Amino acid sequence: MRLKITSLLATAALALTACGSSTDECAEVIGQGGLLPAAEALAAAEACVPGTVADFVDNVGDRVFFDFDRSAVRPDGMETLQRQAAWLNTYGNYVVTINGHCDNRGTVEYNLALGERRAFAAKEKLAAFGVDPARIKVVSYGKNRPIAEQPAGDEWAYQQNRVAITVLD
Amino acid sequence: MFKKLIFTFLIFLSFTLGVSAELRIDITEGTFKPVPIAITPFTGGGDSELAKVGEDITQVIMNDLESCGLFKVVDPNAYIQSAQDVMTHPRFEDWKILNAEALVGGLLKRNGNNLQVEFRLFDLFTQAQLTGLALGADPSNWRQVAHKVANEIYERMTGDKGYFDTRVVYIAESGPEMDRKYRLAIMDQDGANHQFLSSGTTRVLTPRFSPDRTKIAYIDFGKDDKSPNVHIYDFASGQASTIGSVEGQRMSPRFSPKGDHLILSSAKGGSASLYKMHLGNKQLERLTTSTATIDVSPCYSPDGSQIVYISDRGGKPQIYVRDTTGGEGTRISFSPGRYDNPIWSPRGDLIAFTRQKGSIFYIGVMRPDGSGERMLDSGYLLEGPTWCPNGREIMYTCQPSSNAKVGLCSIDIVGVNKRKINLPGEGSYPTW
Repeated sequence: MRLKITSLLATAALALTACGSSTDECAEVIGQGGLLPAAEALAAAEACVPGTVADFVDNVGDRVFFDFDRSAVRPDGMETLQRQAAWLNTYGNYVVTINGHCDNRGTVEYNLALGERRAFAAKEKLAAFGVDPARIKVVSYGKNRPIAEQPAGDEWAYQQNRVAITVLD
Repeated sequence: MFKKLIFTFLIFLSFTLGVSAELRIDITEGTFKPVPIAITPFTGGGDSELAKVGEDITQVIMNDLESCGLFKVVDPNAYIQSAQDVMTHPRFEDWKILNAEALVGGLLKRNGNNLQVEFRLFDLFTQAQLTGLALGADPSNWRQVAHKVANEIYERMTGDKGYFDTRVVYIAESGPEMDRKYRLAIMDQDGANHQFLSSGTTRVLTPRFSPDRTKIAYIDFGKDDKSPNVHIYDFASGQASTIGSVEGQRMSPRFSPKGDHLILSSAKGGSASLYKMHLGNKQLERLTTSTATIDVSPCYSPDGSQIVYISDRGGKPQIYVRDTTGGEGTRISFSPGRYDNPIWSPRGDLIAFTRQKGSIFYIGVMRPDGSGERMLDSGYLLEGPTWCPNGREIMYTCQPSSNAKVGLCSIDIVGVNKRKINLPGEGSYPTW
């Protein structure tokens, strides 16, 4: 559903017609040229419209990653949250839910609480950056709703699932 | 629900020939050798319809007794008498030649519309009848009758309560890792009579039986998949209902020993605390008050005087025990790694738990003071232990390897007789 703009190859024509105001990523899409299925092209195009869900996901970044067993926001996550806050302060009509997730190398019950702790850590930072906490809900899925498949020992996949994702409602 | 069974317990006259130490199973360590038992196929006395039921009943009894690991059924091809003859004049000396130590015979009769099953259990050394009963029931309940016979044999020979007629609720899982469906399901402890209790349209987790087994408390994420809350399924009505408002994320609901309230954990603001929730007025009563730690997975001692739970106040999640009325709690787990899901044995003498060290998961037990810690099983993913109602076995989620399907396993508390539960699909998180 949501596509990273950097992984797309869009037709110059489509992107050109879709992008009213072009961010750096939009310029990149336009520059790459090539053929793209209609749905992906549409998503790529939508991401170029400021204030859309796709804009938030692709250009701001909707996820903050955590270290194993940790819920402290890392410097890279801090930057993401700063961008999220700036965006949410610009588009004040959105309310969000932050989904907390954990990798599958843990137990159901403790990880539900750990996921909540991660999501709340993200919420706290957004609030510190000026987003009204009343606009932010938090829900944890623990280890039960992975973002990436997790074969045994795949540290990259585990990393993808130690995450707080800000979802525009 | 099962139709109510009607039992008439008739104690047969025992034809004891001599009194000596009777056959009794006592397992206290892992070197136990199963008792060889001959179970003659229950007969219908010339009634072919009853004969078929008799065969089925015999099969269930054999399966029950072998599955518990305490018995080895002697090969029926070697049997030297029919069940009918065993009931009236068992030839003890001849049966002993087959190396059997116990002998069972049984008869089926019609009693109006009811089925009547009579059976006898003999000790081949003392040549005494250990037990004999007549059980009456609706013919559709023949499996339950078979389980009751197996219970009686098990109880007579182990002193423990039989559990073959008990049921297990668990989370039936299906679909790929990224789009998993979770359904509440129930089955007999041997996998028979499997039934789904929820449709799979909502995410359900961590089911727990009420003490009288008439309800299940669990977490349901709701139709929007983002409203996790405590739900209670009521077997009498076949309906589930939400309980309490969503203030914080509710987790780990579990019934009190009297069934009048739940104990649960609620996460909010990055910490999780334990609460009592009264089922009458739905009032919450806070039990732990830390605003920095995760306190989760609470479980009462059988007498209700203490609570065992998980807290990460020392860094990693560890097991703590505290008085129900208050107190700081005492840490009882100290092995390397992290712990979850502590569950108090119905006998009160042990606490079962999940332990994770590196990439290995364990199911283990320890005494409530933390002494005597033993790991019963280990593997790629093991978690969520639940006790057999008699405190003799533990069932849990087991996935032997990353590629393997997730299923349920059970093991005896001395660490023997591990077996995989027969499920129609994948499953996790049993409550027994």
